[in-house]
Amino acid sequence: MRSLPLILTAAGLGLAATPALAQSLSVAVEIPRIASASYHRPYVAIWIERPDQTAVQTLAVWYDIALPAGEGKDWLKDMRTWWRRGGRAMTMPADGISGATRAPGRHTVSIPAARLRSLPAGQYLMVVEAARELGGREAVRVPFRWGGPNTANATGSTELGAVRVTVAR
Amino acid sequence: MKKRFALVALAAAALALPFAAQAHRAWLAPSSTVLSGAEAWVTFDAGMSNGVFIADHAAMRLDGLTITAPDGSALEAQNMMRGRYRSTFDLHLTQQGTYRIANLSSGISATYKLNGEDQRWRGSAAEFPAALPAGATEVVATRNANRIETYVTLGAPTDSVFTLKGEGIELVPVTHPNDLVAGEAATFKLTVDGQPAQGLTVTIARGGSRYRDNPEEMTMTTGADGAFSVTWPEAGMYWVNAQVRKPAQGTDVATSAQYNGSLEVLP
Repeated sequence: MRSLPLILTAAGLGLAATPALAQSLSVAVEIPRIASASYHRPYVAIWIERPDQTAVQTLAVWYDIALPAGEGKDWLKDMRTWWRRGGRAMTMPADGISGATRAPGRHTVSIPAARLRSLPAGQYLMVVEAARELGGREAVRVPFRWGGPNTANATGSTELGAVRVTVAR
Repeated sequence: MKKRFALVALAAAALALPFAAQAHRAWLAPSSTVLSGAEAWVTFDAGMSNGVFIADHAAMRLDGLTITAPDGSALEAQNMMRGRYRSTFDLHLTQQGTYRIANLSSGISATYKLNGEDQRWRGSAAEFPAALPAGATEVVATRNANRIETYVTLGAPTDSVFTLKGEGIELVPVTHPNDLVAGEAATFKLTVDGQPAQGLTVTIARGGSRYRDNPEEMTMTTGADGAFSVTWPEAGMYWVNAQVRKPAQGTDVATSAQYNGSLEVLP
């Protein structure tokens, strides 16, 4: 009941305020090189959370999209936090969100302003969660502000390296 | 663009290297390992999966199930059932001492070409190569010896079931495998075809990986006498794996041997 007016307001604001709020958002994620006899690239989910940890929007999901019969979806649940906070309500593959797993190295996800039009200004957390076959799981949270340029960083310790969030005009 | 290509090439190399390691882990897990009384029952689960002892991938075929009682006699499993994700069976312990429960497989697997097409063959060492069709070319054969096993003890532990068979990888206790305690060190020796196995990589994984973020696996290497030691970080069911491959040499075909053991560590 409460969310309906909010969405209407946000959509209305977005329509009216798009030119002024044409911010862009990018997330740089480092996937560490891990020495393992049976290394598989991690599944990774990136999403925006409110400070109370409720999910706002999933930005990216990297999984084995190329496996036959959608079999790669069997392990989406291993990104346990994302799965519970919204992943399980989504349909994969999803346009502009899902993609193939990435090799170790730095990867940047840039979100066009149009996709964040309904995001009200305020404090948020960028969450990056990685889960690896025969490996571990880790989620890194980066607090950032939507509504003006800023950058924020955090670093994982096992399955993720540096995560950098950049909000630019 | 160049950078992206380099990344792809690296990833392809990483994928190609550990081909043998792609296989799922095989485990044979007892419901208890340390029992008391005049007689007792133990039930076993056997399956293959990424997370050891988590039945979520495939049931194990138990064609090679071999159960040895403390007096050396062979016992039959009871209530055998093969489910979707695990096979189960029960064992009635009526003698005091240590039992060895092993699923053994050995034989030859081969690939060859017949009339330009790739073919596969699997069978016993005695049938090879006579069983291959006439005209088979480019025969590449591997002699396999796999042992998936565990041990349970009624009463005081005994050593009678650990006599060497001399085939594949075997575990020779220095510490008895049903006498393992968290925080204490244990030592075992591995043999390959009856000889001390130096330089084998041993992987040790604790069950319950679904309920923690870190797999907490250990790897170690056997010394000159084939021995490795481990200090158990905590109680639980542990999976111990070692494997060895030898390329073909002269008239000897390539060999591949694997050991998968389940060891229970008590608090």
